[in-house]
Amino acid sequence: MALQEKLTKTAALTGNEAAAQAMRQIHPDVVAAYPITPQTEIVQLYSTFVNDGIVHTEYVAVESEHSALSATIGAAAAGARSMTATSSNGLAYMWEMLYIAAGLRLPIVMPVVNRALSGPINIHCDHSDTMGARDAGWIQIYSENAQEMYDNLIQAVRIAENPDIMLPVMVTMDGFIISHGMENVELLPDRAVEEFIGEYRYPYALLDIENPRTIGPLTLQDFYFEHKRAQADAVVKAKTVILKVGEEYGQLTDRSYELIESYRMEDAEYALVVLGSTAGTAKYVIDELRQDGEKYGLVKIRVCRPFPAVRLGEVLSRVTAVGVMDRADSFSGEGGPIFAEVRAALYGVSHRPHCINYIYGLGGRDIGPDLIRSAALDIKSLKDGSESDSLVRYLGVRE
Amino acid sequence: MRQVTAKPKALTNAPFHYCPGCTHGIIHRLLAETLDEFGLTENAIGIASVGCSVFAYDYFNCDMQQAAHGRAPAVATGIKRVRPQNFVFTYQGDGDLGSIGIGETIHAANRGENITIIFVNNAVYGMTGGQMAPTTLLGQKSSTTPTGRSIGEHGYPLPVSELLQALPGAAYVARTTVTSPSQIRITKRALAQAFQAQIQGRGLGLVEILSTCPVNWHMDPVEALTFINEEMVAQFPLGVFKDFDEEVARDGK
Repeated sequence: MALQEKLTKTAALTGNEAAAQAMRQIHPDVVAAYPITPQTEIVQLYSTFVNDGIVHTEYVAVESEHSALSATIGAAAAGARSMTATSSNGLAYMWEMLYIAAGLRLPIVMPVVNRALSGPINIHCDHSDTMGARDAGWIQIYSENAQEMYDNLIQAVRIAENPDIMLPVMVTMDGFIISHGMENVELLPDRAVEEFIGEYRYPYALLDIENPRTIGPLTLQDFYFEHKRAQADAVVKAKTVILKVGEEYGQLTDRSYELIESYRMEDAEYALVVLGSTAGTAKYVIDELRQDGEKYGLVKIRVCRPFPAVRLGEVLSRVTAVGVMDRADSFSGEGGPIFAEVRAALYGVSHRPHCINYIYGLGGRDIGPDLIRSAALDIKSLKDGSESDSLVRYLGVRE
Repeated sequence: MRQVTAKPKALTNAPFHYCPGCTHGIIHRLLAETLDEFGLTENAIGIASVGCSVFAYDYFNCDMQQAAHGRAPAVATGIKRVRPQNFVFTYQGDGDLGSIGIGETIHAANRGENITIIFVNNAVYGMTGGQMAPTTLLGQKSSTTPTGRSIGEHGYPLPVSELLQALPGAAYVARTTVTSPSQIRITKRALAQAFQAQIQGRGLGLVEILSTCPVNWHMDPVEALTFINEEMVAQFPLGVFKDFDEEVARDGK
């Protein structure tokens, strides 16, 4: 009842409630899910919509995340718009099915609420879950706040189901920080979402007895490589589609979206690169530094797959030094995953800036303005010195 | 003055985090008493699962390992195979054992692993906020079945003890509850027999204990105990489903 009242234009919602509202408006035919903190609330709210007859979705309370995504894959292949949601170890337990969903080109949209992976067990935010899944063939969109979570989910349906793309999309938000924090969220009217995403048309749905087909049959040396090549091609094409959908969404809402967001980068000498909720705090720090006369800017990576390497190169080639903030470690000894990729993206630019990594916030360790400010000031020291002495720095950890 | 009772040595001094009226506390105490009485407190290795009992490692005064959701019987298998001289137990709820970990449970039992499983069945996912579990009763309301569990949508309550009864590798399987002093004593005896199954190397021992979740059931503690006695027991009958002693007698060994 309370939620129904909130369905006006602007509502105070948690990230999870915003995601559940987006799902309600997307109105998938099938949702299969298993609870896991901090995602549970999304599918629990959705099951309430089902019980109250607000949506007409086949809701399956399966026994594990592996089965949740398996059932979603089956439903998508059968021709239904299908969704699930998860977090952390739940995403890890889906691993096998993540690759299958992408390899079979099933346009599943899945909210993922970022949470640290066990072990040791932890329920709070970091990005190790989705960063680990970054090469599974899914499109990945990261959200800075509840509004973006809502907006990204609606856009994700259009991106996933574009006939040139046909790939699953995971849309993430930071566990507890966004999922359980309440903000004002602007909701579109149901009808507007319905029109924006359009009717689901899966071109190869089972059961077509005139044209019987098998989905996911064995391919070996003969055809597997071609499948993967086509998949890689679709990921590249997704960049154009994501931009087009983001622009169209902007016409609808005055909130347009790109692959990255540049904040006060016009004349910046130093830049931070972040994703997720930390971008909000970092913008505040950048404003403070600007007031002090320091020329800092921020680049927020919204879309991590496909990776916006060219855009990052364009924006970051103008600065002296870059601090890349990773809320996950790759345990490669060469920094976090975002650092490795941003640094690779900068390899081909004409004026290559110094680039250093800050790993922060693992297992929900708080990241406040002071820590971000210390990292920002730290990168100034790279101006004249070598970056090789300590490429990877850990922020806010007891050593 | 004669001391008639004391806190078991197998329990630490950490205060339980469990909600008022939850029977995890009674079950923890029974398990700890049994560990003490068998002289196993210094020898036992426990596996904490995922769910409300995840913090079991704070309460039991023995070595503990925390396992991923549902994986406790598999982790216990690995520990027991390496350290057969140790007493190895898991402590799992119905979300962990009956749902995501039913495969591990069935296969550990089918391999006849010499481990002891304490299975706390409260018919709901407690930790995540009262969602439907495989053991949720028909018609029972939960946060994902606001109008009650229905067969058409959600299938039937999963009878774990009855399932394991069929497996030759399961040496002892019993379902009990802790809603009265007499039931508590029966549970204690069942735990002792499940311990014996492992000590004698007879195979897997499992005690399924029907437990309360007053907060997620939206009941006061007394109503919750009544719910077990009147509703849960009707769906999940109490009793010993499998006992190695009977088999021993029948085989004439």
